[in-house]
Amino acid sequence: MKKSKVCARGASASGGKSQNEIVMLIPHEVREKHLTWVLIFAFLFVSLSPAQIPDRTKPPELGAPPTMKLPAIEHFKLSNGISVVLMEKHQVPLVEVELIVRGGSVNDPNNKIGLASMTTAMMEEGAGTRNSMELADAIDFLGANISAYSGWHTAGVSMFTPLSKLDDAMALFGDICLRPTFPKEELERNRKERLTTLMQWHDEPRAIASVQFSKTLFGDDHPYGKPTIGNEKSIRALKVDDLKKFHQTYFRADNARIIVVGDVTGSMILPKLEAIFGKWEGGKAEQQSFPKAEQMKERAIYLIDKPGAPQSEIRIGRIGVERMTEDYYALRVMNTILGGSFTSRLNQNLREQHGYTYGASSNFDFRVMPGPFLAGSAVQTAITDSALIEFMKELNRILEAVPDEELNRAKNYLTLRYPENFQSVGQITNQLAEIVNYDLPDDYFNNYTKNVLAVTKDDVQRVAKKYIDPENIAIIIVGDRKTIEKPLEALKLGKIVNLTIQDVLGKAPKVE
Amino acid sequence: MRIKFLLVLFLIGFILQFGNAQLSVKYEKFSLPNGLTMILHEDHTVPVATCNIWYHVGSGREKPGRTGFAHLFEHLMFMGSGHVPVGKFDEWLEAAGGDNNGSTTSDRTNYWENFPTSALELALFLESDRLGYLVDVMTPEKVDAQRDVVKNERRQSYENRPYGMASIVLGENLFPADHPYHWPTIGSQEDLSAASFDDVVDFFKKYYVPNNASLVIAGDIDPAKTKQLVTKWFSDVPLGKPVQPLGAPVAFLPEEKRIVLEDKVQLPRLYINWLSPKHFSPGDAELDVLANVLAGGKNSRLYKRLVYDLQIAQDVSAYQDASMLNSTFAVIATARAGHTLAELEKVIREEINKIKNETPSLREVQRAVNQFESGFLTRMERVGGFGGKADLLNNYYVETGNPDYFNEDFARYKALTPEDIQSVAQTYLREDGDVVLSIVPQGKKELAAPAKGGK
Repeated sequence: MKKSKVCARGASASGGKSQNEIVMLIPHEVREKHLTWVLIFAFLFVSLSPAQIPDRTKPPELGAPPTMKLPAIEHFKLSNGISVVLMEKHQVPLVEVELIVRGGSVNDPNNKIGLASMTTAMMEEGAGTRNSMELADAIDFLGANISAYSGWHTAGVSMFTPLSKLDDAMALFGDICLRPTFPKEELERNRKERLTTLMQWHDEPRAIASVQFSKTLFGDDHPYGKPTIGNEKSIRALKVDDLKKFHQTYFRADNARIIVVGDVTGSMILPKLEAIFGKWEGGKAEQQSFPKAEQMKERAIYLIDKPGAPQSEIRIGRIGVERMTEDYYALRVMNTILGGSFTSRLNQNLREQHGYTYGASSNFDFRVMPGPFLAGSAVQTAITDSALIEFMKELNRILEAVPDEELNRAKNYLTLRYPENFQSVGQITNQLAEIVNYDLPDDYFNNYTKNVLAVTKDDVQRVAKKYIDPENIAIIIVGDRKTIEKPLEALKLGKIVNLTIQDVLGKAPKVE
Repeated sequence: MRIKFLLVLFLIGFILQFGNAQLSVKYEKFSLPNGLTMILHEDHTVPVATCNIWYHVGSGREKPGRTGFAHLFEHLMFMGSGHVPVGKFDEWLEAAGGDNNGSTTSDRTNYWENFPTSALELALFLESDRLGYLVDVMTPEKVDAQRDVVKNERRQSYENRPYGMASIVLGENLFPADHPYHWPTIGSQEDLSAASFDDVVDFFKKYYVPNNASLVIAGDIDPAKTKQLVTKWFSDVPLGKPVQPLGAPVAFLPEEKRIVLEDKVQLPRLYINWLSPKHFSPGDAELDVLANVLAGGKNSRLYKRLVYDLQIAQDVSAYQDASMLNSTFAVIATARAGHTLAELEKVIREEINKIKNETPSLREVQRAVNQFESGFLTRMERVGGFGGKADLLNNYYVETGNPDYFNEDFARYKALTPEDIQSVAQTYLREDGDVVLSIVPQGKKELAAPAKGGK
């Protein structure tokens, strides 16, 4: 009945030919700077060829995959050897500049975790001759954005500015990179702010889940096991000299690279960079080595009680693999099928088929050292056990050969939408940062599609088996223990470790 | 059968200059006999395009007892249509390298697909099919499936989030019970439970008609060819009954309301909300700038006092939340441990009164306007998705009738003087007509802002 109705409407829409009457308005040439346009009416009669009448019985054919022409990646060196990577982009008068150094949260000493993060936050709290307020006022007045950041293995300063304010913004950017002043009173203020943030994490099921997840996977001795903003003890211990030392150690010429994207050319931007960074002194920062984190050797549930929570936050995972693995492309394809897109198995199963959640996904966090593989969701409390059953089902099913249809969809999804990552100066800077951070070759963008398309069904199965081991996996759940513990026990997935929020985060800091 | 239709096309090519900013988005506009408005914009930066459609219906149109329905309906739009089996909307699009999403507000519902240029016709097929034939294959089971998803969205985004219920409580107290903004777009769990298959059919027939929609195709497109394809795919959808614009009397708070809520939070948070002029009406841009002067950046009045100097707040924000019928203006601040919302409120009132009594400095206003200017420039970069050029063209068209309203929009800010900012503070930030919400840790009502008359 429904089917015939569909056909009837489709048929009535596709019969016959017609003449179309189109009224066109032709624009007058815009002369000088006058805003003027004139409307001229013309009547055109165009008839639809049969090909223009919609055939709704099947989806329309796709065109040939488009090719993207990107501006070249240009390389320069300042007189002191700092590499500059440039991509011109002239559509909008904007410029993004990023300075990246090697050195980040992994370099935090054990008793000073949070150091990298605090150092970069404090680089914005006074630089050159300006104090914190003056610096912020100068940046905001330009309509620019200059911010210092730290990651696991890198730190840096990124600048976004309208082209018209480039010179003024560059001067402030140079001050923040080279001449931060680290005022003591600003450190005290930031310290209180961070301790308060730690306190607020007690309210946030996502933060609680994330802290326990990293701790369970990497343990207390590996840098990836610790929160990058630090803990109460380490935040209280940080001193101005620690920050100065971190800055001096890692923010130096031999350890820095610069990315420029936007409405500039090499000959325009290089003298400006040379004037600011050309006399910066070198000295290589020593790169540390770290103990290898131990992989999960069992399956265990860490149940963190959040009484009365209407949903359970679930994080399932184990240690994955480093960014430069030869399995990178196969893993990207495999994860797209498992939990990397809307039509991925986890989302379709938990959201669309069962309605357990607003969304479920998975991800490999590729870092310099092996980062986590994570599958997660927020599910309705009452069906936490059922959701877990479906998670385990999908983690096992991905170990089997995937159908061609899913494989091809994932490969197309990864490759055909790739150009979307190159629309804004910010997006392009992020793309170039990947090249800079992992020393990828210049033809990386060009070969991306080829590399994804080369992934076979066997590759997908091989990497699934290699990296996803549902028997040896951590399951973190933040939820209402009273309701979910018994059903979870009945699943017999492994031991259940009961924790309180305080077990995970410690006591909420007292901020005086 | 012969299909006869009329395309009215505006081809507008202006380049306007504002300082160094070039805020012009060229477009062509035309409409089909079934009333669908189409807007085309070329941007050949990268080989992607986007299809962006706005239906001029939001949660403001919901019937009593059916709050959350417009948004539930948005979810159902992805469940397949007459010629698209369930699940295939997303599968076909992803297999072609595309992506999609939708969103609902009190005023409208929007949907977009981003895709490589090779998938333009696929996107038009999918978008037109659900406009024409959604309910042909709608079933109670589909409604049930998305009902569960949306209920979990409510749990995730509101119920299981610290301070998550604030926006719902504020809306209910700012607007009278019969005002379209009184109830939240996410709806209540009870009303979501009550939504029926028949409601879906009614809503679709009433509001999902081409004459109640506007479509933007933007990106690496050939306008002539795109025009033809849009015409081909959307012309078989019949004209619907006219949809009258939603009206509502301007809301007014005759007195102050003070509310205290307890939540599972460590720190108390204060919300002061006012009713304010609707989007694009006089006062709207002024309030955007006032929000920046109050809480945009370290040098803003409230950040400097509360967070930087006194250090009695962890954060403070202010914004003009602009909508088509009425807006609201908000100041929100979280107290540091050991401090009460009474302390915060005292400082906030002091700073607002300072602006009422003395014009802000030219530099404060200029600093805000400069930030808005670079914000406008950033919007020239991305074509698709929420807040991309296509979405903005559609937004401007719906609210002003002119898709390329970028310059006019920015000109509103550019023209402002410190006196203008002072004037909206005096007019709208009344102490005898606002809603003051305190969210406090459980059992800690003493941390709330004082009750009425107790300030």
